[in-house]
Amino acid sequence: MNRRAVIRTLAAVTALSLTGGLAACGSDDDSGASAADSSSAIIQVGSVYEPQNLDNTAGGGQGVTEALNGNVYEGLFTLTDTGAVEPLLAKDQKVSDDGLTYTFTLQPNVKFHSGAALTSKDVKASVERVTAENSKSARKSNLAVIKSIDTPDDATVVFTLSSRSISFVYNLSYIWISNAAATDLTTTADGTGPYKFGEWKRGSTLSLTKFDGYWGTAAKNAGVVFHYFTDATALNNALLTNAVDIVTSEQSPDALAQFSGNASYKVNDGKGTTKLLLAFNDKVAPFDKVAVRQAVSQAIDDKKLLTSIWGEYGTEIGSMVPPTDPWYEDLTSVNAYNVENAKKLLTDAGFPNGFTFSLDTPSYDPHPTAATFIKSELAKVGITVNINTITADEWYTKVYQKRDFAATLQEHVNDRDVVWYGNPDFYWGYNNTQVTDLVNKAEQATTTDEQTSLLKQANKIIAEEAASDWLYLYPQIVVASSKLTGYPVNGLNAQFFAYGIVKS
Amino acid sequence: MIRYLLRRTAILLVSLSAAAVVLFVLLRLLPGDPANALLPVGATAEQIEAARRELGTDAPLLSQFFSWLGDVVTFDLGKSLVSTLPVGDEIAARLPVTVPLTLAAFTLAVLIAVPVGVLAAARADRWYGPVINAVAQLGIAVPAFWVGLLLITVFALNLQVLPAGGFPPGGWSDPGAAIEALVLPVVTVALVMSASLIRYVRSATLDVLGADYLRTARALGASSSQAMWRHGLRNAAVPVIAVLAMELATTFLGAVVVESVFALPGLGGMLVRGISQHDYPVIQGIMLVSTATVLVVGFLGDLAQRLVDPRLLHRSTS
Repeated sequence: MNRRAVIRTLAAVTALSLTGGLAACGSDDDSGASAADSSSAIIQVGSVYEPQNLDNTAGGGQGVTEALNGNVYEGLFTLTDTGAVEPLLAKDQKVSDDGLTYTFTLQPNVKFHSGAALTSKDVKASVERVTAENSKSARKSNLAVIKSIDTPDDATVVFTLSSRSISFVYNLSYIWISNAAATDLTTTADGTGPYKFGEWKRGSTLSLTKFDGYWGTAAKNAGVVFHYFTDATALNNALLTNAVDIVTSEQSPDALAQFSGNASYKVNDGKGTTKLLLAFNDKVAPFDKVAVRQAVSQAIDDKKLLTSIWGEYGTEIGSMVPPTDPWYEDLTSVNAYNVENAKKLLTDAGFPNGFTFSLDTPSYDPHPTAATFIKSELAKVGITVNINTITADEWYTKVYQKRDFAATLQEHVNDRDVVWYGNPDFYWGYNNTQVTDLVNKAEQATTTDEQTSLLKQANKIIAEEAASDWLYLYPQIVVASSKLTGYPVNGLNAQFFAYGIVKS
Repeated sequence: MIRYLLRRTAILLVSLSAAAVVLFVLLRLLPGDPANALLPVGATAEQIEAARRELGTDAPLLSQFFSWLGDVVTFDLGKSLVSTLPVGDEIAARLPVTVPLTLAAFTLAVLIAVPVGVLAAARADRWYGPVINAVAQLGIAVPAFWVGLLLITVFALNLQVLPAGGFPPGGWSDPGAAIEALVLPVVTVALVMSASLIRYVRSATLDVLGADYLRTARALGASSSQAMWRHGLRNAAVPVIAVLAMELATTFLGAVVVESVFALPGLGGMLVRGISQHDYPVIQGIMLVSTATVLVVGFLGDLAQRLVDPRLLHRSTS
C-alpha cells in the first residue's frame, strides 16, 4: 500500500459525526470581478499524490480525491476548506422528527458532463456503488445505517436510516454523484462538477477542462493540469522553474526556505488534520496500565520533536482532535512534558527500573526519525526501545490486522477521527466503556451542540488516560506562485478545490 | 551461421521460460498478502476469502502459474491489483519514455566512451591518458541522481534553458517539448554509463595495442593510427560489445532513479510503485518485459560479436 494509504483509508472510515453549519450556503462568489484574460488561464498543479485509478469506490486513493472531488464530481453536500458541511447538489433537506428519514430535493438543471440530466436515480445508484459488496470505499461502514433509498420522483431522494446518525449528512459529502449510466469510471469520469475530465497520462499528468454547461458558478479558470511527482525535490524544482503554479502539499520543510524568502512565491501555513501518533497496544502489558502510558507521554518532549522535523511549522496537539474539528479543545497541558513526574509514575506503576518494548516503525518519513528521538527520550527514564522497522504493507498485516505489537508509530490523516477511541475493536484496543458510551451517544445526538459537548467529554478522557501519545499535528503547507489567488489552503481530507483559482 | 542462429534462438526461448518460472516463484515467496490491496479497512474473513478467490491466489501454485503463462503467451499481462487497470496498457504507455531515454543515452554514452577510451589507451604515456582514466574512475563512483541534480541546478534552475523535469502531457505529439524533456535525463544516464564504458574500451584497446598483429602491421609500414583503424578497433570491439549489451539492458530499468529525479513517467517508476504496493501483475509484467529485453539484447550482442569476429562463430559451432 502506498505511503499514507493505510491510515488515510482507515481513518477515513471515521466520521461518526456531523458538523455545525448546515444552515445557509455561504458561498457567494463575486463573479465579474475576474478579468477576461485570467479566466482563460490553465492552472498547473504539482502533487505527490497520483491516483491509482479514477474511481473512489475502487481504491483510487487520496490522489483521486485531490484531483476530482468537488472539481469533477460533486456530492449532495460538500465539506468546505474550512471544515463546514454545506449543501451542494441537495437544494434542500427535510429530516423527520425521529431523525430516521432524510428527504432531499435535488438542484434543478444539473447536467452530467456527458449531457444527461441528473436525477434521483443517479443519486441512489451512486450511494449504492459505495455500499456495494465489492466496494473499496472507506466510507462504506459509515453508510451501513442506510436501510433504504427511495426515489419518489426525479428530483427527490428519501433515505431511511436504521438508527439516528447525526453525521449522516457529513458522510454524504464524501459520496460522488456519478452518472448511473456510466460504464467505466476507473479510467474516465462523468460527474456534475465545474470541470470535465480531460486526460490522464499515468505517471505524469491529469488534466481537467472547464465545463461550459455547469449548473452553478463557473470555474474562474479554463482548466487544471495536475502534474505528479515521486520526488519532492523534482516537485520543488518544477515550482522554481514555473512548470507548476502551486504545490498542494509540501512534504519537506528544508525546501521551504527557497520559497519563503522569495516575493514570487507565497508559503501558506494552513490547518492540517494529520496527526503523528505513538499508538500503544492498550490491551497488552505494560501499556494496559494508564500510569505507564502517562509516563511515556510525559517523558517525550513533543515540541522538540516537532521542531527537529518541521522547524517552525506544525502544531503541538494534546489529543486526537485537530483544531478544525468542532469539538477541538487545547489539551496540550494534559500529560505535558515532565521527566521527573514520568519517573514517579513509572515507580508507582511498578517499573522503577523501566522496561523494554519494541516499537513498530513504518519505514518511511517521518517515522524513523521520530522513533530514534523517542528512543533517546525514553532512555532518560530507564525505558529501552527496540526500533522495529516495517513496511506499510507489513504494518497493515502485523499491527492493524493481527494486533501483534506493543507500540507503533503511525500518521492518522483524517478529521473527526477521535471516534475511533469509542471502538474497542480498533487496532489500538482502547477500551473504556464511558468513552464508547459518549461516542455512541454523540452519534445519536439530536443537535450538533449536544454532539460537540459529548465528544469533548470523550476527548478529555482519552487525553487524561493517554490512550495514545499524540506527538504533533502536521503542518499543511501549500506553496504557490504569488500570481495565484483563490486556492484552498487547508487541504481537508486531501481535497483540492481548483475552481476558485485565479492566475493574474 | 544458420546453425548458430537456430541454437542461439533455442537458448533464448529456454532462458525466457526459465526466467518466467523464477519470476513467478520468487514473487510468491515475498511476505504479505496482495489481497490486502483489494480490501476495505475492517474487512471480514469472508471478504478476505472472496478477494483471494477474485485474485486467484487461493488456487494451487501450479495452476496459478499455468493460467498466468497462458495469459502471457496471448500478450495479456493481467490487471493491476491496486488500480484494477490492465498492466499491458500502462507498460505500453510508458515505453515511449523509457525506450527513447535508454537508446539515446546508450548512443551518447558510446559516442563519448569509444573515442575517449581509445585515446586514453593510445596516449597512456601522455599526461592526459592517466587523467582520463582517473576521471572515469571518479565517474563510476558518482551516483546518477547527483549528476542529475547538478545538471538540473545548472541548466534548469540557473540558466533556465531546459525543463527541470516532467514529460509533456501530449507526449511525442509535441516532439520539441518531448525532446527538451529528455535532454538532461539522457545526458545524466549517458555520463554515468560512459564512465564505466571508457574503462572497458581503454583496457580492451591496451590489450590490442600490445598484440603481435599490430606490431607486425607497424613493421609492414602502417602508421600507428592506420594499424589501429584497420586491425586494432575490430579486435578491441569484441569484449566491448559484450559489455555494451549488458549496459543497455541495465539502463532499461536502471533509469529508475533518474526517472524519479526528473519526474519522468517511465517503466522504472512503475516498477518501484508495483513493488511497494505488492502489485504482483505489475511487477511480473514489467520484469517479464525487461527480462525479455535483456535476453534479446544479449542475443543481438552475441550476433554482433560474431559478425565482428567470425572466428567466434567457428569456435562455437565446431
